[in-house]
Amino acid sequence: MGQLREVNVAAIRAAVIRCIERASFEMDAAEREALRRRRERESSCAGCFVLDQLLVNADIAREDRRPLCQDTGLAVIRVTIGQDVHLVGGALDEAIHSAVAEAWARFRLRPSVVRHPLARRNTGDNTPAVIHIRLVPGDRVELDVMEKGGGCENMSRLAMLTPADGRAGVVDFVVRAVVESGGNACPPLVVGVGIGGSFERAAELAKEALWRPFGEPADDPLDRELERELLERLNATGLGPMGLGGDTTALAVHVRSHPCHIASLPVAVNLDCHSHRHAREVL
Amino acid sequence: MSDLGGGEGRPAGRALSASDEGKVRDVHLPLDDAGWRGLRAGEHVRLSGEVVAARDAAHRRMWEALDRGEPLPFDLRGATIYYVGPTPGGPDRPVGSAGPTTSGRMDVYTPRLLALGLRGMIGKGERSAPVIEAMRRYGAVYFLAVGGAGALLGRCVVEAETVAYDDLGPEAVRRLVLVEFPVIVAIDAQGRSVWDPGESRVG
Repeated sequence: MGQLREVNVAAIRAAVIRCIERASFEMDAAEREALRRRRERESSCAGCFVLDQLLVNADIAREDRRPLCQDTGLAVIRVTIGQDVHLVGGALDEAIHSAVAEAWARFRLRPSVVRHPLARRNTGDNTPAVIHIRLVPGDRVELDVMEKGGGCENMSRLAMLTPADGRAGVVDFVVRAVVESGGNACPPLVVGVGIGGSFERAAELAKEALWRPFGEPADDPLDRELERELLERLNATGLGPMGLGGDTTALAVHVRSHPCHIASLPVAVNLDCHSHRHAREVL
Repeated sequence: MSDLGGGEGRPAGRALSASDEGKVRDVHLPLDDAGWRGLRAGEHVRLSGEVVAARDAAHRRMWEALDRGEPLPFDLRGATIYYVGPTPGGPDRPVGSAGPTTSGRMDVYTPRLLALGLRGMIGKGERSAPVIEAMRRYGAVYFLAVGGAGALLGRCVVEAETVAYDDLGPEAVRRLVLVEFPVIVAIDAQGRSVWDPGESRVG
């Protein structure tokens, strides 16, 4: 039996707090560059008005220590744990929830979670987080932290297409999801697409696609080709920044696929706004 | 609509003409009736003055209060509601980040509030046909602020005070004072809209 590496959940807790701080106040450098390039090519006046504000907003957030967006989101946290890791120091999920509560208070983020979806009482500290855990070979712990806003999450959708719908059906579904969301999801968007798997796996794939570093192409050549086509199609819709018309509807499309049943073609679209707040640490 | 264009298969927003750029009108709230009716869809405006912050949970509370025949916790007549739940302020600032949330979720409550005198709304995204119809009837205006520009917009909020429903936390009703808060007139009191021609945006 191999050597186990001990990782204290207190170290994970501290890393989650650091990730939340970075995601809240600092726009991803690659995304900022994409916004700047798109601004130069944007032909719509309203579009430029929006993109200019977003670039200035990113500067103000960093300098003024104001969150990039007032919707500091639901904390969605993925923990990728090596099989040779032994977690010590308490329960992992409690450490994560406690990190979220502390970060929300310390950085003055907005508590945006209600305890029961029907009773709707605010929990006051943005807990609980949504936690995804996966096991992989190795002895590292990887943390991916996302602050997921409600406006774009609300516009996300899933469909069980048929094999006959094929690639064209997938493209059509994604384009419709974006166009029908209008300005609600805060375009220009980062679009996560999951194809294949089962009903629940497709939704997870779409979320996982959003966790990939901004603009990094998929490994699979078919997914990569789909990403290129979707980005082009979305930016040709004319929806534009905040749905006001223009050439900039999506900043990036990330596709992730998985084998699926012979009868099925599940497809999920998880929209993320331009305030694509995510951060990553490896322990 | 000719002044907003559309045409050539392009959505209306694209046609906000280049000559509009740099022409920004300063608007001080509250406006009188002529002031509300004088705003035109597509205009770039800087808003200064008092607005009321209220979003989903506060709208529900107001609706329930009206159903029970109770008065609302603030005077709606001539008021502007900003659909926002800001991040907390601090010693040096009344609020942190304060950008708009999706207005469409408030559509179901809005015609009733317009009938009671609400004249201005600030948010993001489009509005329903019944809301636009009520806006025409009562001469109300919908302003669009840039979603996700919360840090920039938060700087334009110089005062904030909770006036009702404190237990709703970030969804409490707050009186905000804005200074040169940048918006676009998205739907005007005549019912004209920056989205008007309605060409398909599907490419």
